[in-house]
Parts: sequence; C-alpha cells; structure tokens
Amino acid sequence: MDRTPRDRSSRSRSRSTTSALAVAAVAALALAGCSSGSGGKKAEESAQGAAAGKASTPRMTVALITHQSPGDTFWDIVRKGAEAAAAKDNIKLVYSADPGAGNQAGLVQNAIDQKVDGIAVTLAKPDALKDAVSRAKVAGIPVVGLNSGVSEWRELGLLEFFGQDETVAGEALGKRLNESGAAKAVCVIQEQGNIGLTQRCDGVRKTFSGDTETLYVNGTDMPSVKSTITAKLKEDDAVDYVVTLGAPFALTAAQSVAEAGSKARIATFDLNKQLTGAIADGRVEFAVDQQPYLQGYLAVDSLWLYENNGNYSGGGEQPVLTGPAFVDKSNVGRVAGFAAKGTR
Amino acid sequence: MSTSRQAAPVVPAPPAPGPKETDGRTARRPLALRLLARPETGVFLGAVAVFVFFLFAAPAVRDGSSMANILYQSSTIGIMALPVALLMIGGEFDLSAGVAVITSALTASMISYQLTMNVWAGVLVALAVSLGAGLLNGWMLVRTGLPSFLVTLGTFLILQGVNLAVTKLITGNVATDDIGDMDGFGQAEAVFASSFGVGGVQVRITVVWWLVFAALATWVLLRTRYGNWIFAVGGNQQSARAVGVPVTFTKVSLFALVGLGAWFVGMHQLFSFNTVQSGEGVGQELIYIAAAVIGGCLLTGGHGSAIGPVFGAFMFGMVQQGIVYAGWNPDWFKAFLGVMLLGATLINLWVRRTATRR
Repeated sequence: MDRTPRDRSSRSRSRSTTSALAVAAVAALALAGCSSGSGGKKAEESAQGAAAGKASTPRMTVALITHQSPGDTFWDIVRKGAEAAAAKDNIKLVYSADPGAGNQAGLVQNAIDQKVDGIAVTLAKPDALKDAVSRAKVAGIPVVGLNSGVSEWRELGLLEFFGQDETVAGEALGKRLNESGAAKAVCVIQEQGNIGLTQRCDGVRKTFSGDTETLYVNGTDMPSVKSTITAKLKEDDAVDYVVTLGAPFALTAAQSVAEAGSKARIATFDLNKQLTGAIADGRVEFAVDQQPYLQGYLAVDSLWLYENNGNYSGGGEQPVLTGPAFVDKSNVGRVAGFAAKGTR
Repeated sequence: MSTSRQAAPVVPAPPAPGPKETDGRTARRPLALRLLARPETGVFLGAVAVFVFFLFAAPAVRDGSSMANILYQSSTIGIMALPVALLMIGGEFDLSAGVAVITSALTASMISYQLTMNVWAGVLVALAVSLGAGLLNGWMLVRTGLPSFLVTLGTFLILQGVNLAVTKLITGNVATDDIGDMDGFGQAEAVFASSFGVGGVQVRITVVWWLVFAALATWVLLRTRYGNWIFAVGGNQQSARAVGVPVTFTKVSLFALVGLGAWFVGMHQLFSFNTVQSGEGVGQELIYIAAAVIGGCLLTGGHGSAIGPVFGAFMFGMVQQGIVYAGWNPDWFKAFLGVMLLGATLINLWVRRTATRR
C-alpha cells in the first residue's frame, strides 16, 4: 500500500516522541543525585537466610508442585523453606505451580516423566490429583502432601502431610476473639470459591460466640478491597473485629478502619514483613501464622529422610501441624527479623 | 424490534417548543430525542436508576462519607476507563491495561527503594516505562497489522510474567518493600493519594483528578483536531487515511495515553498502600473495558464519548459498594453485580434504539 507523505511525517513525529522519552528517562536517572535520606535499600540490613551444613548423601531430585497463583507473598515463603531444605540436603529442587487443578495434575505427571526421586504436592483440589498421585506411586516415587488436604492425604495414599488444618486454625482464631470480648466479626475473603479460605471463616464461625459475617472482596484490586471494607464498616457499626485471610489485606483493612472512623480491631491469617510492623504498633492485633516456611522445609526434608533413613514424620498416620501459631505484640519482636527476610 | 416500538410512548414528551414544523424532512429533531441520541445519555439514565435504587435499598448510602467512598472506588476505575474509552473510539482495545497499572507501581517502588533515591525519581522512571509499554503496543499494532486483541494479549502475558519475575529477582520477594519512610513520599502522596475535607466528609483526590481528566478528554474529543482523528480512525481507517488523517500517529498515541493512565493509577496504588504485590491487576482490564462499553463506546470503534465512561465507572463503583451497603448475602455478590450491569446496559441500549429509530 502507498504511504502518503502525511503518513511519513507522522512517522518522524513518533520518532521524535521516542527520543524525547529517552531524554526523560536519562533525566530521571540523573536524579540519582537526589537520593533518599531515609528508608530504602541502604537502610535494609543485609540478612542471611537460615543455613545449616550440607549433606554428603547422593544428589537427589525433588519436585514441589503447588496451586500457587502468581505473585502471592504466601507461596513465596513456602518456596523459600523448600529451597533452604534442598540446599542443605544436596537436593535439586524443581518448583512448579498452577492454580488450575487440571494443570496441577499435569505438572505432577510431568514430574513422574522426569523420574524425580520424590514429589511434594498441595491438595487444594484432591479429586483432580487422585489419578496423578496414584500414577506416581505405581512409578515408585514417594509423595508427601503439604499445606492443603489435611483430611484427604491419607485417603490418597500419601506418605506424610505437613500443614495446618484450616478449620482448626479458624477455630483457634474464633476462640481468641471470645477472649477479647468481641461481639461481631467480619471475615474478609479475597477469592470467592477458594475452599481453604472458606474453611477458615467457617472455623471462626464455629467457635466464635458472637456474630460472624462473610465479606467478599476483589483480591487483585487493592483500592477496591479498601473501599469495600470501608463500605461494610459504614453499613454496620456493630462490627468490632475485621478478620482478613492474608497479610496484605490486613494492612489495607487498617486503612479502611481509619477511614470509616470505626473502632473495629483487626486480626488476620498469615504474616509478611510489613505486617509485623503493624502488629508492633498496634494497627493489627494479632496474626495466625501457619508457618509456610516450615511447610516447604519439612516437606522436602522429609523426602530426604525417607530416602536416606526410611523415616516417616507423623508415623504415616497423623499429619504434622505447622499452625496455628499466634503472633501478637508479645512475640512479634522475635518474629519480625525473620519476616523481614521474607521467611516467616 | 417490536419491544422498542411498544416502549416508545414511554419517552418523555419534548419540553422544548422548538421551531414550527413546516416540513417533516428538514424539521429539527426534538431536543429530548437529540439528547437521547447522545452516546452518554443511556448510561446516565442507567447510573441514575442504580443510584436511586440503592438510595432506597441501602440507607447507609445516603451518608455523605459513603458517597465519597463510592466515588473513590469509581475514580480508580474511571481514570483508566477514560484512555481505554478513547482507544476504543479509535477502533482498538488494550488487554494489558490492568497489569500495566501494577507494572508502573512496581517500577516506581523498586527504582526508589533499590537505588535509595527520592521517590520522585522512581515516579519519573515509571512514567517512561508506562509510556514505553503503550508505545510498544501501538508500534507493534501498526507494524504488524495484527488485531489489537492479539498484540495486547501478548503484552498482557509478558507484563504479568515480568512483573512477577523481575520483582522476585530484585527484591527476593514477590511484593515490593515499603517505601513509606523515604524522601519525597509525602509530596507524592499529596499528589496521587491524599484526601481533603468537604463539609466534614473526606474526599479522595483521585475523584478530583478523575473529573479533571474527564473534562480534558471531552474537550480533546469534541473541540480539537486530534479528537476528530480519533473518531475518523475508529470509523473507517482507509477513508481516514485517504483524507489525510495521520492514522499511525493517532493509534500509537492512543496506546501511549493508556500507558499514561496506567502510570497515574499505578502511582495512586503505590502511594496509598506503600507496597505492591506483583500478582495484582489481573482482570482489571475487563472492568475498564466494561466501564467504557457501558459508557456508550462501541467495541467496533468510531462512536462514543469521554463523559459516558465516567457514568460507566460510577455505575460499577455504585453497584459494587451498594451491594455491601445494602448488606445482601455476599455469596450472591458477583451474580448481583452481573445482573445489575446487564440491566443497566439494556436500559442504555433501549434508550439508544428509541432515539435513533424515530
């Protein structure tokens, strides 16, 4: 097709926009002169991860397959625990994840095809993984469970299980609310239809003697999370506790509480490094920590123990519980340093 | 077909007397019908209907601070819906708009934190990155001639992966570090994420920016040559080129404008929450596009307005928060949202048909 002269001039115009942009970028970098006097990387302590010696056992390969959705701080901590154990045990760790149950089953098959020496898998949707797990057993690969599936792992024939019973964790939080004399709690679910999150709220409802209401928010859009919680607090001023199911949402809920002029206090599941600060200064009351680092670490380490010494954690009958561990003002100082490294 | 004819008598009688109708062919159409034919009228009526509905269904909405909250929610959608609407009028659309917001916020946060610089340095680099992503979208589109669906689906996936991988690579975590105590944060917060009191109600500054940008976009669209180009390239690209409209420039700049919007909303998120999780933003692009479409912009291009998406975004915010204010069973939340949006869109459609059939 012919190009009109007009078109060519627009081309050179867009080229000059590009160079203007490049100039802007360089100018921005020149601003490096005006560096920040507070905060930032310089203020961060150089911290070393937990490191033990290294095993001299033969190199083995372990696959860790989770239902993580991308960019979630929680799963990042699980993976760090698994990596720490792998480094110590002379294990090559192959990590993969997919929130879709069918795709996750595919990843398990993939690990079987790679002839790994052990598989650690989360059972968020146990039925979808049943076949893949039994194929692994046929192939003679030991499989352990972690994080979700506390009531299904034995049925599927897994070796052992590391995690938290979400309902039990919810119940623990509900009991704690009773101690504080709360009357009405809102349980904020950031992903509608996620079974683990629903079980947590159900657990709270079971033991909490006051009212429990559920609130769904759009977890991928923080401004909307904030205004939805604000709206709920406005709608019902009897609410005196906001229970969130992830650390970033607790911090947002703290802003909502301030904005709505509510007296509600905040309790949450799971930790991250900003949250420890919020617990220390009282914006968030306490967190139930299921210790994701421990889940990843123990799952990988247990496969090494099984391979090299034939051990079963939990005796092959009972799950090994990693939570609920409460973090509040009394012990946050001890935990904060680890959370800052992103391992708690 | 028959429904619109049956429904026609419901249209209010034209209040304006107008000139004497001498000849049916040259007569000016009555004011009411001319208004109804505007792309934003339907959505305006839909928004009013939803608003009035919730005034009755949810008493808490009548409170001034509740209104401020609803407007805040609407503004974070609305600021992005504006450039998305302009792009749509220009005949293209952008699936990467949702994650582009997070890309911008992550960039600003990491540049400031990792290099320990004044946060404004991060803000400017993020601006360059956002505009760059927009220009890249536009450039690929005009160079390859592929549909914008495919090109921006590609950048959507790329940005999603890059957001996660680069954040993890640089910070060692999947969320950025807190920049709340760094130099320049206070100023940037004042620009992008502050709030001010009006009669005892705290209004977020994004609401003001939203309305300012909407006025600006309306002016550009209706009063400038560039606005004409947008309609022209969205209507018929070939004939637009034939009459001398710089098609390439218009399309590429529209994508850059979406980048600009993503930068602004990204900065708002960063400075109101101090830290960003790299997995956010997915799915938001559909909400922006929906706000534009509900606001009367055609998915096929060439028709629409800048004020329509303002009402579209308001309707989204109103329904989303209204359901919570009303205290309805939250299990039905998404279903309510869908039904309300479909209902409002049908009102929109009916109004437009009634207006253009006459």
